[in-house]
Amino acid sequence: MKGASQNPTERGLALYRSMARIRAFEDAAEEASKGGVSAFGAALSQDVMVRGPLHLSTGQEAVPAGVCANLFRTDMITSTHRGHGHTLAKGASMEKMMCELFGRATGFNGGKGGSMHIADFSVGMLGANGVVAAGIPIAVGAAHAVRIRSGKEIVACFFGDGAINRGPFLEGLNWAAIHKLPLLFVCEDNRWSATTATSAMTAGPGALARAQSVGVDGLAVDGNDVFAVDAAAGSLLATIRAGGGPKFLHAVTYRFKGHVSVDPATYRDGQEVARALENDPMPFAEAKIGAIEAKRIRDEAHAEVKRVVEVATAAPWPKSDSAYTDIQDTGAGRWLA
Amino acid sequence: MARLNYAQAACSGLEQAMTADPRVIAMGEDVGRGGIFGQYRGLLQKFGPQRVIDTPISESTIMGAAVGMALAGLKPVVEMRVVDFALCAMDEIVNQAAKARYMFGGQGRVGLVARMPGGIWSGSAAQHSQSLEAWFAHIPGLVVVAPGTPQDNHGLLAASIACGDPVIYLEHKELWGVEGEVGSEKVELGKAKLLRSGKDLTLVTWSRTVGAALEAAQKAESIGRSVEVLDLRTIWPWDRDAVLDSSRRTGRLLVVHEAVRSAGFGAEIAAEVAETLGVRVKRLGGPRIPVGYSRPLEEEARLSAAGIFEAITAFQ
Repeated sequence: MKGASQNPTERGLALYRSMARIRAFEDAAEEASKGGVSAFGAALSQDVMVRGPLHLSTGQEAVPAGVCANLFRTDMITSTHRGHGHTLAKGASMEKMMCELFGRATGFNGGKGGSMHIADFSVGMLGANGVVAAGIPIAVGAAHAVRIRSGKEIVACFFGDGAINRGPFLEGLNWAAIHKLPLLFVCEDNRWSATTATSAMTAGPGALARAQSVGVDGLAVDGNDVFAVDAAAGSLLATIRAGGGPKFLHAVTYRFKGHVSVDPATYRDGQEVARALENDPMPFAEAKIGAIEAKRIRDEAHAEVKRVVEVATAAPWPKSDSAYTDIQDTGAGRWLA
Repeated sequence: MARLNYAQAACSGLEQAMTADPRVIAMGEDVGRGGIFGQYRGLLQKFGPQRVIDTPISESTIMGAAVGMALAGLKPVVEMRVVDFALCAMDEIVNQAAKARYMFGGQGRVGLVARMPGGIWSGSAAQHSQSLEAWFAHIPGLVVVAPGTPQDNHGLLAASIACGDPVIYLEHKELWGVEGEVGSEKVELGKAKLLRSGKDLTLVTWSRTVGAALEAAQKAESIGRSVEVLDLRTIWPWDRDAVLDSSRRTGRLLVVHEAVRSAGFGAEIAAEVAETLGVRVKRLGGPRIPVGYSRPLEEEARLSAAGIFEAITAFQ
């Protein structure tokens, strides 16, 4: 989250801390999800903590960290099925997110959403989404609401490279452009659409060119360089805040893990993965802030994650009655007829 | 009281809601011009383009943006032009609008009204003539409304905007010009309207079919069959108490709807009444065919007063 200090060293540490917390969270969630879903040849285990498909953003930490460092708490974001990083970077509680992944009553969504539907409205996080590109129109609407009430907030909309092949991507870009909405489109390009290389499925020069074709200009950036993401997002957001209309950030990164946590991703070329691991955003940032500070921050993040896993493990389950709340007021109680 | 047609009645209901609450906005294709059926006429002039928003032909984003607006505190009324086009926004309706409140554990509500005129529209063929209320009634989280008169289109639209839930609002495309007296009386969601008392048979219907049903009931009187007619008005939550109460008294339930009979909402009502009361139930609905363009083909998809009368007389 955007803070008072713009001291470059402190900012570097803050960016690294944001990334380290995401990495530590993803590693712990991955561990807790083993056996959580029967897919990709993995078998289902009954006593697993994190059930169902878990989409990890390991390796992509620089994008949410760099973008959200330029957002205020009152600004809003929409996210994707791979949304833990966006949620943490926007300032949401790690504990409440881990509790949600563990399906506990104390999670952000009271156990009703899980990983794919994490939301924390108190920090403007309007929801992860199980449907590719579905967060785009919602972000457009949130930004349009800001415009209608002459608010000062901006909305950042995270989506993946796969989303640029869905209709709502074009619809949302066009809508944001004609209404000059305060909206930053962030294409977090991890180069894989589930288990298919996005390049094989995508015609033309790519995400930014598609945005530019409807008059939404922006920047392409190395999405593994948190400082570059920070600078690019900062520059685009300054323009948006000044009334410059929607902008586009294309951040190219890499998905270290499979589509879901149990996917070994054997369909990927080993050399491609090895090259990507050499471009790990964590050591890249560490080189800028120094190994001693980096280790201290990582240790803190690990300690925090260890604590939240303990909290989540001990947290209460939702009462079965709560399956029947938060649905609708009109006709509430009419669950069977 | 004022004499208004079905479109004007809705427009005046929306105008009152927009006047009372600055969070209410109207949005959709051609709404600035008053909507293709005149159901938004004059609103742009009164409220300006900030609140009466013309949109691109982008159904996904019209619905999705409405969800985002609702989550950000507005009360959008969105126009889908016809229910058939709302199918381009099914993800936004079913996966987003209907689910957000629940999935997010009660953080945020999606109070919006999605107007999607339905039903057979003379000569407009298979992609502009469907009645899809059963689809939406099947989705937890949604309210489904089908007004059949100007008064109800006025009152139910206001109630839908006020309720705070996502409402699928199904006006009928062949009712726009129908006139009636419209007053300021409140119309409650979930309440059927008793249109005609009778003792031999309960006829439940809604939307445009109400007129034909009343005509058939009138005719049945002449051969000594006393038919009670209920206009359901809200499809979900449907007025179970009123339907059960009437069916218990008459001992027979006939549900009549323009939608395709198979897996239509009449099946749900009939099953519930049969399970609860053990009374005899029958359904009359459209055949399971797409609506054809040519008049003789279109007629095959329509229900008529004569057809309903026949169903009443055959139900002994």
